[in-house]
Formats: sequence, structure tokens, C-alpha cells
Amino acid sequence: MSPRKIIATAGRVLNQLHHDRRTLALILVVPPVLITILKYVFEDQEQLFSGLAPMILGIFPLVIMFLVTSIATLRERSTGTLDRLMTMPISKLDFVFGYALAFSALAFLQACIASLVVLGLLDVTVLGGTLPVLVTAVLSAFLGTTLGLFVSAFATSEFQAVQFMPAIIMPQLLTCGLFVAREHMAAPLQWFANVMPLTYSVDAMKEVTLRAAWTGRLTRDLLVVVGFGVAALVLGAVTIRRQD
Amino acid sequence: MTGSDLFITAYALIYRISTWVPKQILHIFSSWAMRRIMAGMQHPQESPAIQVTDLRVTLGGQPILQDITFDVPAGSITGLLGPNGAGKTTLIRSIVGRQRLGGGAVSIFGMPTATPAARRLMGYMTQGLSVYGDLTVRQNVRYFAAMTGRSKQQADDVITEVELNEKADTLVNSLSGGQKSRVSLAIALLGHPKLLVLDEPTVGLDPVLRKRLWQLFEALAAKGSTLLVSSHVMDEADHCQNLLLVRGGKLLAHDTPAALMERTHTDSVEDSFIQLVGGKL
Repeated sequence: MSPRKIIATAGRVLNQLHHDRRTLALILVVPPVLITILKYVFEDQEQLFSGLAPMILGIFPLVIMFLVTSIATLRERSTGTLDRLMTMPISKLDFVFGYALAFSALAFLQACIASLVVLGLLDVTVLGGTLPVLVTAVLSAFLGTTLGLFVSAFATSEFQAVQFMPAIIMPQLLTCGLFVAREHMAAPLQWFANVMPLTYSVDAMKEVTLRAAWTGRLTRDLLVVVGFGVAALVLGAVTIRRQD
Repeated sequence: MTGSDLFITAYALIYRISTWVPKQILHIFSSWAMRRIMAGMQHPQESPAIQVTDLRVTLGGQPILQDITFDVPAGSITGLLGPNGAGKTTLIRSIVGRQRLGGGAVSIFGMPTATPAARRLMGYMTQGLSVYGDLTVRQNVRYFAAMTGRSKQQADDVITEVELNEKADTLVNSLSGGQKSRVSLAIALLGHPKLLVLDEPTVGLDPVLRKRLWQLFEALAAKGSTLLVSSHVMDEADHCQNLLLVRGGKLLAHDTPAALMERTHTDSVEDSFIQLVGGKL
């Protein structure tokens, strides 16, 4: 593993996005627009929106980075560039960490813009402050990137890769506590939610919203998110084959 | 997916991780040790550039390559010729260490292929383009330069060599087919590796450019590089010192063009090939 090769890979991925302005604009503009729409959907239920908005700040980066990364790595496999890289003296971890670094940087920018809109323009109060919101959003995005990297190994076409979003992210979204508090769900769903990573990134955002201090539970949630992310990265590296 | 399938998949995954992690650690140590040994050597050993012994490859139960054995001497241009579907690309992928072998061995300058030490010595041009269409020529070449430990200067040098200077800051997607394939070639040429493995580098190029590329290949060989160039166009044999003729996954002949034509009493490599397969293709 070499830091120089990781940074070169991250730089290359960001360069590709730089040439694809429309994708870049969609990544940065869509989340704040959707959250703004949501505010007016819940116009008469100010309280409900204030609770939802921070959680959505954690979910957006995860979902978007999941989609972008799974398609990007699938393209890397299908165009043969991964094939070429695997004949070069690099570690598979150089490749996966490079991707994780690039998309985490992008996620940071996305989280900053979305948080600015939610906390600044839409008057949502988060007791924990802006910094923990950003940390949680970036770590959620990191998780999305690593999950995307991992699942792209199981897709042989873009059509399949796109379907992994409803197949893998949606069940987590339904059970993470966004729609109904987890305590009110059937027991098997709670068990499911307890072992799914998205639950912890949403739980972390809830913590940040409701507690002024950095709590132990927040630390635990974020560690779980990072742990899942690192595990998915290593699994992602394992699914890349040197020889096939 | 049934429960037992899931269990087997999970078990296989855990097994792969448990073998992969120690292998990574071993790789780091072995490549470090190899570099120390190489640095201490005054002259690199006189091993053949490529040594293929009893190579066999099977894909989905079908034999793709059978009992292939040959040596490629260092400092020569060897042409790998054969019709489409003969197994040329599979042979090339076996040499560069991307193909899982069904049997036999491949070594590069005496080192087993698919090791970091062997990867450092070779440049590989894939048959597909294998470049990033949404990056410029220079960004592509510089990225792969960074991944192979070459400098930005070396990246700019190979862009000049393939005559793409004027297009260096153009997106690859807006280049012509021939220009795109030269970007792919430039990446293989990075740092003038001791061994260059080129899978159909001249396909789809106009005659003038093809001639210029062959001049470049000859110049690289004169400087000591070893080249293995595949083609399905038999007249490219004229540029090679050695020929490997492949058909149906078997090595038909390994000889110089002159010896091949003499042996088959023909006056072109194409006719020798037809002669060798018994007059029917």
C-alpha cells in the first residue's frame, strides 16, 4: 500500500468528476433542493420537519455515494481500466482507498452545502452543533462509498448496479427509525435494524440533534459506521481479482 | 438462494479473506526482499524475457490453450500471429499474469509472473482501450505513471513518442479510434519497460501510422526492450525476428519468418500458415 498511489487514484477520480460537471452539480444541488421541498411538505408540522431534516442529512450522502461509487467501479471493471491496473505493481487497497478518499472529499462538500441550507436557511436547530453534523454526514458518505464499492462486484451491468440501491439501501431505510421509531417495530425488524449500518448513521444524527454534548452513544454509532465502512472496503478489495 | 448456499458463499468469502490477508503481508516482504536482491546484483541474470512451460488454460470446461511451451529471448521482437479466436489474448493474459492458469508456468526474466517484481518489468497494452474516456490524454498517462512509479516527465515523453503532443490536453472520448489506441500504447510504453506485451496495437490504424509505430517498436528493441506483439494480420510478420503461430489453442510453430517460409516452401508467412494447417482454415 502506498499513500502516493492512493492520492493519485483519488485525484484521478476527482478529475473525472471535474470533467463531468452535470454529475457534480446533481450531487451538490439535489440534496438541499429535496430537503427544501420537504420543509414545505411539512409546512404545518414544523416540529416533525425539524426532527427529520438532520436524519436526512445523514441519509443523502450515503445513498448518493453508494450509487455513484457502484456505477463508477463497475465502469472501471467493464472498460478494462481495472484490468490494466491489476497488471501494475499496485496493491488492491491503493485502488479502494483512493476511491474512498475521493468520494469522502466530495461528500464533505455535499454535506457542507446541505448543512448550510438546513441549519442556516431552513432554521433547523441542532443542539449538538454544526461540526458533529458534518462529521456524521461525511462518515455516512464514506459508508455509502464503501458499500457501493463492495456491491459493484456482484453486478455485471449498470442495470443490475442501479437495482442494488432499492435492494440493499431501501430495506435499511425503512427500518432505520426514520419513518417509525425502532422501538415500535416488530421484533424481527428490530433485530434486522440492529445489524444494519444505516441504522447507526441515522441514530448518530438523532443524537446530534437532541444532545448538546458529544455523547458516548454518538461515539459508538460513529465507530460502528466506520467499522462497517472499513469491513466493506476490505471485502471490496477481496472481490477484485488479480487473475480470472 | 437457499440457506446452505448462503452459508457456502459466506464461508467462501471468509476463506478468501483469511488467505488474502497473509498473502498481502507476504507480498510486502517478498517484494522488499526481491528489490534488495535485485539492487545487489551487478548484472541481471541471463534468463529469457518470457518463458512459458506446458501452459494450459481451461475456461468453463473448454480448453483454450493446450501444452504451450516456448521461450522469448531478451531484446527481440516476437510476433504472436493467428486467426481470431485462436487464443492469442488468453496467451497474452497468461503472460502478464491476469489469467488463472490450468497448468504449467510462466516466468518473466526468470521471475514467476503475477508477482510485484515481474509487474515492475513489463508494460501491457490490452486489446480493449482500457483508458479513461472522461480524462484528457495527459491526465490518463500521468495517472498510470503514478501507479507504476514513473515521473510526470516520463509521462510527457511517451505522449511525444506516440505523436499525441497536440492532443495532450484533449479528452480521450473526443479522439478518433486510432488516437485512442495510441493513448493505450503510450501507457504501456511508460518508462520503457524491459518487456512490452502489446495485444493488437496496430488494429484499426492507417498504413502510414502503422509503419511509424513499427519503426518505434524497432527502435525500442534496438535499445534493449523485448516486445511481444500480437496481430491477426500476417504481413506484420515482416517486422518480427521470431514468430509464434497459434491456432485452436495450440502452438503451430515457433520460428523465424525466413525459416518458416523455407520449411513450408512458401514465400509469405500467410501461405506458410495455410500450409501448416493443411490447406484448410
